[in-house]
Amino acid sequence: MEIVAKLQKQFMDFISALYRERFLDDQFLQLQKLQDESNPDFVFEVVSLFFEDSEKLINNLAAALQQQVVDFKQVDSHVHQFKGSSSSIGAQRVKNACMAFKTFCEEKNIEGCVQCLQQVKHEYFLVKNKLETLMRLEKQILAAGGRIPDLS
Amino acid sequence: MEMAQELHVLAVDDSHVDRKVIERLLEISCCKVTAVESGTRALQYLGLDGEKSSMGIDGLKVNLILTDYSMPGMTGYELLKKIKESSVLSKIPVVIMSSEKILPRIDRYILF
Repeated sequence: MEIVAKLQKQFMDFISALYRERFLDDQFLQLQKLQDESNPDFVFEVVSLFFEDSEKLINNLAAALQQQVVDFKQVDSHVHQFKGSSSSIGAQRVKNACMAFKTFCEEKNIEGCVQCLQQVKHEYFLVKNKLETLMRLEKQILAAGGRIPDLS
Repeated sequence: MEMAQELHVLAVDDSHVDRKVIERLLEISCCKVTAVESGTRALQYLGLDGEKSSMGIDGLKVNLILTDYSMPGMTGYELLKKIKESSVLSKIPVVIMSSEKILPRIDRYILF
């Protein structure tokens, strides 16, 4: 049982840091609450969908910004979707980066948009890495016969 | 004794992530959920697209429609209009979800 307690502490410390550093916000906590024994993979599934969607959106944004004549409406539409999904999952820093991006879209500022895309990508890959680590810790706890600690 | 029937909610949202979360939330509230990705698919499901659907309207029996506002193609507002124009479906309550607080837009919905 000692190994379970150790893993649970690791998990708690790691996720507390993610909240403190604003990688994740309360929305992620809400998602955790929707997971239970009847739906043990819920968070993992939602996170996987977020990764899939995000990577498509990043590719679409890069392509849209490389056009001879940039269609800012199209760019804005992609950013809006990205802002929505990052908000739904609680990826606060990604969401904030998308908000800045939206402003540059409205101003039709191509330089600003290109910089924002870099920023959004940067934040996305950071949180992706953190979430993958978190999911791994969860799996380890469950494999050792333990329960995921309640975060509230 | 008759068992109360589960409410059937049709959820419309273009985001995979949001569809998954909405499904789970509604399941926890003991609703049957059908989640579709667009207004067009929603109209097909409801049998409003002119094509004969394989199930009769009774078989579908949707009690509530929950839709995102901003979606590519048909917006939630356009979906609301189509449903309210239908004599068969206009009685179904429609809830539009939006993160934007655009008051003139909200006023438009209340007219229905």
